[in-house]
Amino acid sequence: MIEVRNLVKTYGDKHAVAGISFTANDGEILGFLGPNGAGKSTTMNILTGYLSSTSGEAYINGHDILEDPIAAKKEIGYLPEFPPLYLDMTVREYLCFVYELRGCRLPRNTHLKEICELVKMDNVIDRRINNLSKGYKQRVGLAQALVGNPNVLILDEPTVGLDPKQIIEIRTLIKKLGKNHTVILSSHILSEVQAVCDRIVVINQGKIVADDTADNLSRELTADHKLIARIDGPKDEVIKLVQTIPGVVSIVADMQRERGVWEYNIEAVEGTDIRRELNRRLMSRNWYILGLRSSELSLEDIFLKLTMGESVNEFLADKADDLAEHYEEAEK
Amino acid sequence: MSAILKRETRAYFDSLIGYIFLTAFFAGSGILFGVTSLQYGSTDMSGMYSGLFFILLVLIPILTMRTLSEEKRQKTDQLLLTAPISLTSLVLGKFFAAMIIYSIGVCMTLVYAVVISFFGAVSWLTVVGNVVGLLLLGAAYIAVGMLISSLTENQVIAAIGGFAATLLLYLIGTVAEIIPVQWISKILSELSFATRYNPFTYGVFDFSNVLFFISATVIFIFMTIRVLERRRWS
Ligand SMILES: Nc1ncnc2c1ncn2[C@@H]1O[C@H](COP(=O)(O)OP(=O)(O)OP(=O)(O)O)[C@@H](O)[C@H]1O
Ligand SMILES: [Mg+2]
Repeated sequence: MIEVRNLVKTYGDKHAVAGISFTANDGEILGFLGPNGAGKSTTMNILTGYLSSTSGEAYINGHDILEDPIAAKKEIGYLPEFPPLYLDMTVREYLCFVYELRGCRLPRNTHLKEICELVKMDNVIDRRINNLSKGYKQRVGLAQALVGNPNVLILDEPTVGLDPKQIIEIRTLIKKLGKNHTVILSSHILSEVQAVCDRIVVINQGKIVADDTADNLSRELTADHKLIARIDGPKDEVIKLVQTIPGVVSIVADMQRERGVWEYNIEAVEGTDIRRELNRRLMSRNWYILGLRSSELSLEDIFLKLTMGESVNEFLADKADDLAEHYEEAEK
Repeated sequence: MSAILKRETRAYFDSLIGYIFLTAFFAGSGILFGVTSLQYGSTDMSGMYSGLFFILLVLIPILTMRTLSEEKRQKTDQLLLTAPISLTSLVLGKFFAAMIIYSIGVCMTLVYAVVISFFGAVSWLTVVGNVVGLLLLGAAYIAVGMLISSLTENQVIAAIGGFAATLLLYLIGTVAEIIPVQWISKILSELSFATRYNPFTYGVFDFSNVLFFISATVIFIFMTIRVLERRRWS
């Protein structure tokens, strides 16, 4: 369990972390979501005792990281933003070093072997870390965090630099680990934290702007009223038609994807579902929907949404106008 | 501490720095031995030992330049500083690893003593005094070098800085001589590494000098620990 109260970290007069409080329970995967410079890494560095907070407290399984750092650090496995690897060692040497450094008691060879199998890198164990690909280096970093079976795992952007297949593998692994560990991971990808985490803490400019279960937050943040549709039909007429659907705020043609098939960004009033009506009307004119999906909110939209509340819709409408102008100009 | 000690000692040889250091040490002491004892056919080795003082000024910074700067640059300090060990055992682990390599070098000077013993009687007591003095001096220099290395991420700067710092500690004695104010001059000459070291080379084993080097080592190690601790708060 991790408890954080009012954590503040200042650099000069800049607040990298400006009063963060949250709790991560046992068996929970908590996701830090935030844009670059939000303070995710700084918070993690404080939790793991690499940095000291300017004020505030952090407890790892009840141990204060400042008062009793060694007991607290025993509980933590940490994968920093840049995996801390000794490039001139082989994977095996490196993991043995970490094993000794952390004062592990588990049977060494079986334990390390288990870890390597878990992160799927038993085939590179005798290679020099320097010669590994970025993805494999990331795995070694992850393996290092697992040495000694710590209760708490803190993973700073664990999937960065991995290929899509590896990303899915690592996510699955983290979910598995989350069953009997407390896991905190950070990311700037909404879909990633949605896929992996039980709870999401959204951070922006050093402050928490949302802290909720992944389900609740997803519901709040998905944009069913913003659609991307691929429609087979004459562009200008399609636009005219769609604009007459009740609830539609704007429709913008994006790009011609196939001959005669355009992709449109359609935005409706929040809370209305126009998909059926859209289908019906297009069908009646013998135009076809070839693809339909809700557009994902970008991080920027999320922060706006979370921090601005009501005024957001106006803003989004403005944005749609801007977008339309932009495309008009582009067409010319 | 033992994990760090082991890794560091190995790293000295994996990264060639260990070999470079030992080769240079052996070559340097060999040349000194040649131009002092051998040339004059003397069994007195103090010439070599006092000359080594200058060689250490250059060699010790090479030994210590990477210790902390490289960890910071490669971000491996994140592993060490978030591991359940104290800063003291981290710094001591690195210190003793450097000491091990250094001691190997110092022990090599005994080879010359053995060579001489074939030609005449060697005053083994003096040799032991010299070796102890050299070890003490090296310990203090290593601690200084580590302090400098903790202040930068760049190993070249760490090496040059280490050289400057050890040179300064050496020059204190010379500076002392030109300062007209008596009491300042007195204090400075008390602090001079050269003044403290030279008696060992004559075989004079003054306990206050032993204490001086031990305290200097402890102080510089302590300062290194403080630097690492402060960085956390910055
Ligand atoms: N040593 C430092 N000195 C001054 N400012 C710093 C320092 N370290 C971090 N910062 C600032 O603190 C803020 C938070 O940085 P942090 O690395 O925690 O962001 P992050 O959320 O991890 O971002 P990213 O997604 O890019 O990794 C940034 O604005 C950064 O510029
Ligand atoms: Mg970061």
